[in-house]
Amino acid sequence: MIEMHDVWKTYPNGAPALQGISVRIDKGEFVYVVGPSGAGKSTFIKLMYREERPSKGSIFVNGFNIERLKERKIPLLRRQIGVVFQDFKLLPNLTVRENIAYALEVIEAPTKRIRSRVSEVLELVGLTEKANALPNQLSGGQQQRVSIARSLVNNPAVIIADEPTGNLDPETSMDIVRLFDEINNRGTTIVMATHDKEIVNRFKRRVLAIENGLLVRDEKRGVYGYES
Amino acid sequence: MKARTLGRHAREGFRNLGRNGWMTFASISAVTVTLLLLGVFLLLAYNLGEISKQIEAQVEMNVFVVEGAGQAEIRELERQLKALPGVATTSFVSKEVALEQMREKLKDLLEGYDDADNPLPDKFVVKPTDPLQIEALSKRVETLPLVAKVNYGEETVTQMFQWTEWIRNAGGVFVVGLCFTALFLISNTIKVTIFARRKEIEIMKLVGATNWFIRWPFLFEGLLIGVLGSLLPMLAIYVAYDYLYVASAAFPMFQLAPVDPLVHTVLGILIAIGALIGMIGSVMSISRFLKV
Repeated sequence: MIEMHDVWKTYPNGAPALQGISVRIDKGEFVYVVGPSGAGKSTFIKLMYREERPSKGSIFVNGFNIERLKERKIPLLRRQIGVVFQDFKLLPNLTVRENIAYALEVIEAPTKRIRSRVSEVLELVGLTEKANALPNQLSGGQQQRVSIARSLVNNPAVIIADEPTGNLDPETSMDIVRLFDEINNRGTTIVMATHDKEIVNRFKRRVLAIENGLLVRDEKRGVYGYES
Repeated sequence: MKARTLGRHAREGFRNLGRNGWMTFASISAVTVTLLLLGVFLLLAYNLGEISKQIEAQVEMNVFVVEGAGQAEIRELERQLKALPGVATTSFVSKEVALEQMREKLKDLLEGYDDADNPLPDKFVVKPTDPLQIEALSKRVETLPLVAKVNYGEETVTQMFQWTEWIRNAGGVFVVGLCFTALFLISNTIKVTIFARRKEIEIMKLVGATNWFIRWPFLFEGLLIGVLGSLLPMLAIYVAYDYLYVASAAFPMFQLAPVDPLVHTVLGILIAIGALIGMIGSVMSISRFLKV
């Protein structure tokens, strides 16, 4: 599903973010990526949906060779993976329904299919009544659920989440992780960077710990391992 | 791209006008102001050009016939003049008629002269097809036999041509300059309004939109902004010029060019420039935000 071989990333200002990461994530896994701020978690995540390019090494995501991927073909990659962000990244002028539909409009899906599929994922994330609300009329947790619904709508093989609970209170965070868990149970791979000790220690899953750009720990049913 | 998607882009572009109300207003205002200026200037430049053309068209030359030429020779000369390239009209003025005309102008000063001792020669009044070529034409006419002298008021005419050419050039420079100012001002305003939406463009890219999928609605939005922005200047110019044209009838010297086809052409130019600049402005402005 996702494979990295000796991946290095140095930013133009000279800061080394990743220094030789090799990892393999299989289909259907649920993986936490943990580590202190600035350790390279975000870079690790961004490489997977080609917001950043590796300086060295090779990355394969769902069959795409990331470093060889042409600029024009990036959208094709992003349509096969769902990405969820800390700040939700919803289009402020579009309703909940329109925001989710957007991910289907870009692949020019038939209108009927868009309508039924959007209703389906809205029900899955429990926001059917909010379909016509604008993002700013929703709570943080609700907005994150919209963004998860959008990431799901294309039936992606993998969902990549960068600190999805970073802006949410603990209780809401738990709800979000339960939602990811449910999605994972349906066979979707989940890669989630997080700072949330509670979550990692309670929903025990595979843990990748990154420190100073190095993969320092890879445990099947790991714990958070840092004092946050 | 499917046709249905093109419809979606048009719809989306139209709805974005409302969603970004204030920015739309700012962009449309920029288009309105610059196109109004441009339209006024186009009309001004065209009319100045027309007036200088009218002045130039009054240029003509006197071709004096040698003393003692007979009827047949004069007719032959007329034939030769008409055959010259660059000659628009010729008209023969006999020495008798010339004296009459002179008498009218000078009245008593010519008291002593009559037809018997008329000092004036026969002449042809020749109008050139292109007033600016009058010098070359006069040289050609001078070489004809039976021509004593050619006179077209050389100094006055040369000076006048310098003026009319200057007026035309200045008008042209201003119009071109104004076009560029319009392009700059409008695309800059659109750029500022789109800058506020760079986050949206980033999000669209992150959920897998291609660059053209993002560009199309902006293209339609720019088109609409350009067209909407040109409506007010078009109306204002049409009404104002119509009024001025009627009023100018009282001053034959400054008679404006007729409304049709001039104003219709200018209106067409304005809406075309508005639409074009609107589209170019928005597509250019988003391109730097598409690199996500």
